[in-house]
Amino acid sequence: MASRSLGIAFLVTLLLALSLPIASAQTVQLTGAGASFPYPIYSKWFDEYYRETGVQINYQSIGSGGGVRQLLSRTVDFGASDAPMTDEELAQAERPIVHIPTVIGAVSVVYNIPGVPQSGLKLTPEVLADIFLGEITRWNDPRIQALNPDLNLPNTHIIVARRADASGTTYTFSDYLSAVSEKWAQRVGVGRSLNWPTGLGARGNEGVAGLVRQTPGAIGYVEQAYAEQNNLAQAALQNKDGYFVLPSLEGASLTAAGVEMPPDYRVSIVNGSGKDAYPIATFTWLLVYQDAWDHEKGKHLAEFLWWAIHDGQRFAPELNYAPLPDAVVKSLEETLAGLVYNGQPLLNR
Amino acid sequence: MTSHAATEKSRSRPAPPSPQDIRRKHVGDALFRGITALAAASVLALAAIYVVQMALNSWEAVRHFGWSFVVGTTWDPVFEEFGALPVIWGTVISSLLALLIAVPISLGVSIYLTEIAGRRIRRIIEFLIEILASIPSVVYGLWGIFVLVPLVRSIQPHLTSWFGFLPLFQGPPFGYGMLTAGIILAIMILPIMTSLTREALHAVPNHQREASLALASTRWEMIRHAVLPYNKSGIIAAIVLGLGRALGETMAVTMVIGNQPTISTSLFMPAQTIASLIANEFAEASSSLYLSVLIELGLLLFGITLLLNVGARLLVNRISHAGGRRR
Repeated sequence: MASRSLGIAFLVTLLLALSLPIASAQTVQLTGAGASFPYPIYSKWFDEYYRETGVQINYQSIGSGGGVRQLLSRTVDFGASDAPMTDEELAQAERPIVHIPTVIGAVSVVYNIPGVPQSGLKLTPEVLADIFLGEITRWNDPRIQALNPDLNLPNTHIIVARRADASGTTYTFSDYLSAVSEKWAQRVGVGRSLNWPTGLGARGNEGVAGLVRQTPGAIGYVEQAYAEQNNLAQAALQNKDGYFVLPSLEGASLTAAGVEMPPDYRVSIVNGSGKDAYPIATFTWLLVYQDAWDHEKGKHLAEFLWWAIHDGQRFAPELNYAPLPDAVVKSLEETLAGLVYNGQPLLNR
Repeated sequence: MTSHAATEKSRSRPAPPSPQDIRRKHVGDALFRGITALAAASVLALAAIYVVQMALNSWEAVRHFGWSFVVGTTWDPVFEEFGALPVIWGTVISSLLALLIAVPISLGVSIYLTEIAGRRIRRIIEFLIEILASIPSVVYGLWGIFVLVPLVRSIQPHLTSWFGFLPLFQGPPFGYGMLTAGIILAIMILPIMTSLTREALHAVPNHQREASLALASTRWEMIRHAVLPYNKSGIIAAIVLGLGRALGETMAVTMVIGNQPTISTSLFMPAQTIASLIANEFAEASSSLYLSVLIELGLLLFGITLLLNVGARLLVNRISHAGGRRR
């Protein structure tokens, strides 16, 4: 089955590849590959940008790992990733690579507790970590009940639902748990796939959402958009300043604003401070070579990036992403001005 | 080869054709032989390229972990500690479970079709089996999630309360897990096994049956003693093909097995198979060791399949020799 769909994918790619030379005679073509998490907004952007400027951008959402590999082997013009590249990965690059944050995404903790249909179950970071570590196994555990005195929690198994496929969502979620729980950091750590102590794995955000909706007693994590679309009950998490917050785009933006920004933007924005900051959020990045390999392509890419962090941001909320905070946009303008070809800046603004 | 040449010669003796004719015929022969040999060689070459490529790409993992890879029980991509035993366990057990369910059913169906059913009913059932075979595995997976998983989840508490003292039936009611995967796999391999078994029974000559009935056998005795033993090797071949399909099935399994690489004695606990693990983690594997480990898993799956196939072939040989009836 898999091999057959691979074969079809190969054929389609072949046909696309054959049709490329004809198309590129008229228009400029950029290609990118990487994360699937920002794919909805990227495809919207590429579509809009093509209509406005005639520059065509092809994007394969093959996963962050694949995006990084393809960027390093220079089979694409830009990469995309939900997790910043590691120092080792950056060291493999022939020229310096720049991270450009594009939008912010939030991850919701969703649950299906019999008798508790609504959102707002309160969880502290420690309790959340212990649930996903498999140490709290029943919904009426005194530690959960103490946080939610008004709720009538049933004496049923907690069934942990999580991603089976490697994913940026898992990276963000485990990044958060590692930031708030020493035990989690030591036993499980941060990654796109983990050595899960407990639970059931499902493929994709839609798989986890389906698993939670269908299984009484389940708790899981999905991108916020999926929680909204599937009408799943979402937990209110206690943030760094002690407030319980439900997931929201504003809350995700706030947590980004509450984190100190390093010059290379390789920063985790989980557990940011602020009264209304929602603690599980992440940037998603486009990855480009600082010193372009090709003048024409480099120029168009730099212009697209400029467009994305300004005009592009207005498409974010409708697709359930939080726009970049103004401070980040300001500092990105300087970063984009630093993109060059043969020492000459690519943007003339 | 020699017998072929001999018949050629003897046939050409009565009316010797002209030298040109012979040459032309031989050119065609040589060409045909060459083309078919090339086709046959390409299969070998493909298998060889496949193994060499996989071995080369997994070399880093082989050198890094050695045998501990096969016996290790921790699968931790974060700290790069990889042990494949839980996924080997998951692959083999889920496939054997599928055989346990599918073999009796497919045998029953084929016996009914060849020995008992009337023509019209046979046509209908054969058609339905063909349809079953053409359903994509992702659809089986969806059916598993929406029908089978809730069913298993609702049945499990009863099984646990009756037989909970057995380790086979313990654990919380997930619905997802080894048993669900085994049932899905059984349904998926049923069509191919049934049609091959039916072919095998069909190949049993009628005089076998007539002779048995003439000795005053009942229908059951005839099937039991005259039909089934006659083509044991064909039936085993069908089972082996089913097993091969079960070992490699990816999509439907990953949708219902729970994807947790642990070794558990309970049928209701989540597990993980090699094919499903590779499909889940390959796209985002970024470090070269991690990639290499996943490729080694592929090699391992190839090895397991090969081992089981060779084992089955030996079994077939043994049985057909012991029975003294070679076809």
